[in-house]
Amino acid sequence: MKNKFSIFVIVIFLTFCFVIFYKGLDSSNIYTPKNNIETNLPIFKAKDFITNTDIDSATVFTEESYYIVNIWASWCVPCRKEHPLLMELSKNQLIKLIGLNYMDNLNNAKKFINELGNPYTQILIDKDGTLAVEFGAYGVPETFLIDRNKKIIKKFIGPINKKIIEEIKLIIK
Amino acid sequence: MKYLNIFLIIFLLIGFSQLKSEEKNSELKNKILKNIRCLICQGQSVYDSESDFASSIKLIVNEKINQGMSEDQVYKFLREKYGNWVIYDPKLSKNSYILWLLPLLLFFVGGAIISKILIFRN
Repeated sequence: MKNKFSIFVIVIFLTFCFVIFYKGLDSSNIYTPKNNIETNLPIFKAKDFITNTDIDSATVFTEESYYIVNIWASWCVPCRKEHPLLMELSKNQLIKLIGLNYMDNLNNAKKFINELGNPYTQILIDKDGTLAVEFGAYGVPETFLIDRNKKIIKKFIGPINKKIIEEIKLIIK
Repeated sequence: MKYLNIFLIIFLLIGFSQLKSEEKNSELKNKILKNIRCLICQGQSVYDSESDFASSIKLIVNEKINQGMSEDQVYKFLREKYGNWVIYDPKLSKNSYILWLLPLLLFFVGGAIISKILIFRN
């Protein structure tokens, strides 16, 4: 009887270990950031790209509408690729686009905007990348969708594409 | 002359305490940076990395420490932005409880088996 109990305990234990290791080996070891998030907007101070005046977060997101915060830089090649799509999205009255110029040379950034057009209602300067960290960004380009309750509801890492634009349009509808 | 000496002593004391506090902040900053994962690098901590992401995190951590945040508060801030993955030393959560409890469980099961064998032999 005692022997049977020992075998039972060992079998249960080995099964437990097998399940744990199987589960561990089965799950991907590649880190994938979550896209569906719900976090509060960060409180920050920044400089305005056009006027070079100090502004804070409370004066940026004033209207009760959806906002897009797009992190871009003139040195970023994928940003050029996504720019026409942002220009198209800026025509939509239901959403406002805020640009975050990331670790960039101001003159080059201005040339970029003059050359490709300005889809943003306001552009903030992020000289040292700390503002991007406040948003939880990894790099550039990155896009955040903010709802009417001033919550970041989606994060798009990398350049946006037509599929993402459709997804955004569907959410703000 | 007496007042000058007192002034000098106070001045030096303030200077030393300032230096000591800066040294303490720098130690805390390094400790935190070594425990933060550089999310865009391969197997590097923010402390070891020179990437744009790491340099921004270094600035943010420095800023938060200067604002008076504690080590746990800085981790909490980063966890809110990037999730648990950003910290090398994960806290006990519903996703990691097996990781924490398994060694303990193994220890007790092993101990029980050994004691059972010993009792059986005696």
